[in-house]
Amino acid sequence: MSVSKKDVEHVAKLARLGLTEEEKELFTTQLSSILDYAKNLNKLDTKNVPPTSHAIPMKNVLREDQVIPCTNTQDIVANGPEIEDNMFKVPRIME
Amino acid sequence: MSQYEIVIGLETHAQLQTQSKMFCSCATKFGAEPNTNICPICTGQPGTLPVVNKKAIELAIKTALALNCQIESQSIFARKNYFYPDLPKDYQVSQYDRPLATKGYLEIEVEGKTKKIGITRVHLEEDAGKLTHQGAARIMGSEGSLVDYNRTGTPLMEIVSEPDIRTPQEASAYMEKLAALLRYIEVCDAKMEEGSLRCDANISIMPAGTKEFGTRTELKNMNSFKAVEKAMVVEAERQEEIIEAGGKITQETRVYDDTTGTTSSMRSKEEAHDYRYFPEPDLVPVEPSQEWVNEIKDSLGELPAERQARFMADYKLSNYNAALLISDKVMANFFEETIKLNNNAKAVANWLVGDITAYLKEQKKSITEVKFTPVKLAELLELIGKGTISGKIAKTVLLKVLESGQSVKEVVVESGMTQISDEDELVKVIAEVIKNNPKQVEQYKGGKTTVIAFFVGQVMKATKGRANPGLVNKLLSQKLA
Repeated sequence: MSVSKKDVEHVAKLARLGLTEEEKELFTTQLSSILDYAKNLNKLDTKNVPPTSHAIPMKNVLREDQVIPCTNTQDIVANGPEIEDNMFKVPRIME
Repeated sequence: MSQYEIVIGLETHAQLQTQSKMFCSCATKFGAEPNTNICPICTGQPGTLPVVNKKAIELAIKTALALNCQIESQSIFARKNYFYPDLPKDYQVSQYDRPLATKGYLEIEVEGKTKKIGITRVHLEEDAGKLTHQGAARIMGSEGSLVDYNRTGTPLMEIVSEPDIRTPQEASAYMEKLAALLRYIEVCDAKMEEGSLRCDANISIMPAGTKEFGTRTELKNMNSFKAVEKAMVVEAERQEEIIEAGGKITQETRVYDDTTGTTSSMRSKEEAHDYRYFPEPDLVPVEPSQEWVNEIKDSLGELPAERQARFMADYKLSNYNAALLISDKVMANFFEETIKLNNNAKAVANWLVGDITAYLKEQKKSITEVKFTPVKLAELLELIGKGTISGKIAKTVLLKVLESGQSVKEVVVESGMTQISDEDELVKVIAEVIKNNPKQVEQYKGGKTTVIAFFVGQVMKATKGRANPGLVNKLLSQKLA
């Protein structure tokens, strides 16, 4: 298996996901099978192929430094579960 | 002298002076109402597409060139993944293995010695939002926090130094030199106290004369140049104590507290940082053309170090005065404008770095914010040169000119502060002084000639400092003989 249960627990923790024991087992098997399948790509000779960071061959997509104010900032703020003085209120960060 | 050598590398974050944010068109202006300079892009709404601000790239290239860096032919933005309330997207767009520029250096001067500090890299990223902690002065112990995303997405330039810095003095010298450079080339206003320039330090100690670095700690929260130096001192001392006691340094992030002058561990709930960087798929690579880079290079003009050397060679200024003038481009320009009108370069420099700078500091203003011009400074020097006013009176005149914005001549005439060089007038004052101080006259005649200073003082007092001191001395000697 290319993924261990420990890997799954680590990734879940980084993603702030709480998994049950059954889910951990299930995802360990599923993620392993996905990665094993992806390993088929290793059969290809990529010695002369540069690593791909982007799917499309584009570069230098830039915009001018110009301010265009957003008109619906209140809609964004309205998404917050708790708002105080137009700021998003979040629970205690450090224990 | 400690038997340990300190090894320091600094990571500096500079807010770039752009109008709009790094990847969206929101304003970067400071001081707006909370969450008014935000948009779907910088708050990470699904389906939005960020686009790179051309000006930010230009300013970073400008900086990199001024730091003698190599501009990379291709640079790539990457996502740095972590959770924190000031980061709405849950990743920060930064650059990782393909930064904008690498391998430069900055020359600093400490105790008259020049030293090259290597620059590892210069890259671009976005700033995070601002947190206000509730129920406590800082994050520890607070009940909750309020988040303002106005700052989120402001262009930040990270400049990473090599671990070439060996003393706390070198660390603050590096920061001051870097800040002056950033201001000079107009990419960042570089105010540490206001957070437009921030710095983190990696610091370790090793037995003097050895080559292998010890375990380092990362220090945060140094909000002034002085604090950088102080933090390095106390952290090096803390590490030395631990090692001397047979202990080991833990690799960790520590926070410096300027009020107590101590560092403390920033306990992290996380296991080792695992940012899972990967190329940002929404932003295509940046490949600055040689033509563009050359254009930016041409726009740089004379760099501060070159200009300082020229001031010292051409105008015979001291290293100190030249450095002070150069630390503010507007001041340096003011200096050169003034000496076109009055070629006494040393005097011009002295007035600028002396009384004028002192006044501006006190008023917390820049020279552009007061009604003072090179013409006025030249006028002042001309009046001193001609003996119309004394150097001492000139200080008073200058203050009035700075405060009122009037011309030098106006102030001098209005307040009757011209120097008295009229012998008849002075003779009258001197006669009065001699009459009123018979005891001192006795002393003088008895051979204690140093009393003459007392008489000069009395004459100055009587004329409110306006008497020509050379003339007073001469006349006094005659009258007392």
